[in-house]
Amino acid sequence: MKFKLSSGLFIFLTPVLLWLFLLIVIPQIELLLMSLRGENNLGEPIWTFANYLHFFTEEIYWYTFVRTATYAIIVTVLTFIVTFPVAFYITKVVSKRLSVFLTILLLVPFWVSELVRVYGWMILLRESGVLNHIMLSLGLIDKPVEMLYNDISMIMGLVYTSMLFMVVPLISSLEGMDDSLIEAAHDLGASKWTIFTRIVIPYAAPGITSGSIVVFMLALGNYLTPNLMGGKNSLWFTEQIYNQFIASFNWNQGAAFGFLLLLLSSLIIWVGLKMSKQQLGRVLS
Amino acid sequence: MIRSLPQDRGYSFGFKFYIICYFIFLFAPLLVTCVLAFNDSNFPSLPWKGFSLDWFFANTGERVGIFHDSSNLSSIWVSAQTAFIVSVLSLIVGTMGAFLFEQQDFPGKQGLYFLALTPLVIPGVILGISLLLTANALGLFIEESTGLDIPLLRPSFWLVVFGQFSFISTFVLLVVSARLRKFDHCLEEAALNLGASRFDVICSITIPFLRPALIGGGAVAFLMSFENFNTTLFLVGSDTTLPVNLYLQVRDGSSPVINAVSLLLIVSTSLLAMINLLINRDKKVE
Repeated sequence: MKFKLSSGLFIFLTPVLLWLFLLIVIPQIELLLMSLRGENNLGEPIWTFANYLHFFTEEIYWYTFVRTATYAIIVTVLTFIVTFPVAFYITKVVSKRLSVFLTILLLVPFWVSELVRVYGWMILLRESGVLNHIMLSLGLIDKPVEMLYNDISMIMGLVYTSMLFMVVPLISSLEGMDDSLIEAAHDLGASKWTIFTRIVIPYAAPGITSGSIVVFMLALGNYLTPNLMGGKNSLWFTEQIYNQFIASFNWNQGAAFGFLLLLLSSLIIWVGLKMSKQQLGRVLS
Repeated sequence: MIRSLPQDRGYSFGFKFYIICYFIFLFAPLLVTCVLAFNDSNFPSLPWKGFSLDWFFANTGERVGIFHDSSNLSSIWVSAQTAFIVSVLSLIVGTMGAFLFEQQDFPGKQGLYFLALTPLVIPGVILGISLLLTANALGLFIEESTGLDIPLLRPSFWLVVFGQFSFISTFVLLVVSARLRKFDHCLEEAALNLGASRFDVICSITIPFLRPALIGGGAVAFLMSFENFNTTLFLVGSDTTLPVNLYLQVRDGSSPVINAVSLLLIVSTSLLAMINLLINRDKKVE
């Protein structure tokens, strides 16, 4: 029996170890090592912190970094504000039958590629776009307005692409909530505001945490939406990484940027988990 | 407030209005994209110039519909191949992972489980560049020591497959683990007592029990791979996948052909999602 167990363990363990070490652990170590490499004046390869120093001395790099982090936090908060009423409505207000239908309807757009969704927004918002055409023919405006390629359209696009990852954990945590908690508070004379802030939100806290972590990470690592909806000076940090790798072919600098982004996202996720006293395993599954 | 309590009219009306606005916001870009695929115009914009199927079937000098557009067609084929291989690979490894973490005990299990979840919190761009760097370093090393040039280690089809596989396996692992947790071990023990081999038990008891999770996980893996952009962007070689190919077209200009491709994508993914949902509902009825 003991031998059988260990052979089973071996069969299951090998592919998992190969996957995690060859494709996850070693590449991340290589990323770190690569970011510490450089050339001296003679063009010989050396170990150096120059790539990181460069990041802190060039204003544009750390400005983009801080800007990306701030906007990713704003996107997370906005996504929560936009989707929370929807999750509450679907789980608590609307009739049970309609609730199933609305949940399905809610999920369908997110099976479609992010690129298609961003493209849809582009043909809606741009100068020759559908919204401009409608507003012109209604006489609301005299000449077309460019609504694409600015920070607001970029943030809206990011919120749009991230909504699913907030609304699903919110719905599943609110579904588990006993309606009688709200009824009791209502009978005792609590106002709607009190019920939301003292009962509903604390109850949904695990869902809020896991949704926020995923949304933050996706916004931070997004390349498509800032690139296509944010225009020329959208200054998203992933674009800096892309430029270093593909345009300037400076892989060492790009690796340093990549490692900084990895550190930032790990740090924020760690802080989020500590603040809400939850574990990664529970949040993700 | 909620369905069991009396609601004042302002509250319920306001809430309904908000939900309607939300769903309009949700569907507007998709609807507009689909509708403009049929507009008889050279640009994906209004005014409406009449219904036309040119952007699907035409093959004239001015208009080349999607079914004659070799670049987009071949990228769809590349994406389909990639997605198929990625979903098979991640189903195998993800399921093995689920068995490993749910049924086996070994030192360092917690740590390894944590490691298996990390691909979900590493941004896709980072997964892409780190794999690119590693493959490149390995390729250089092999070339310097043996003189062999291995095309696999340069941005290529297989590098994309590995990049996507590296994080999609985790999703499959989570889906299958959730199902495996509900598995009643008495069934396995009964079969073993009745003389079935370990292999028989897995084939005729455990796998059938896991089937809904395997189908669901496979569908999720296929879709995630088919539409992946962030990781693929850095690993893609000469044969571009559909999202990367579309991105290059959208960035450099726009033509209603993109709308036609999008429409096909929207219809096929919705169908796949619906089928997946129906299968899952059947499971609940049982």
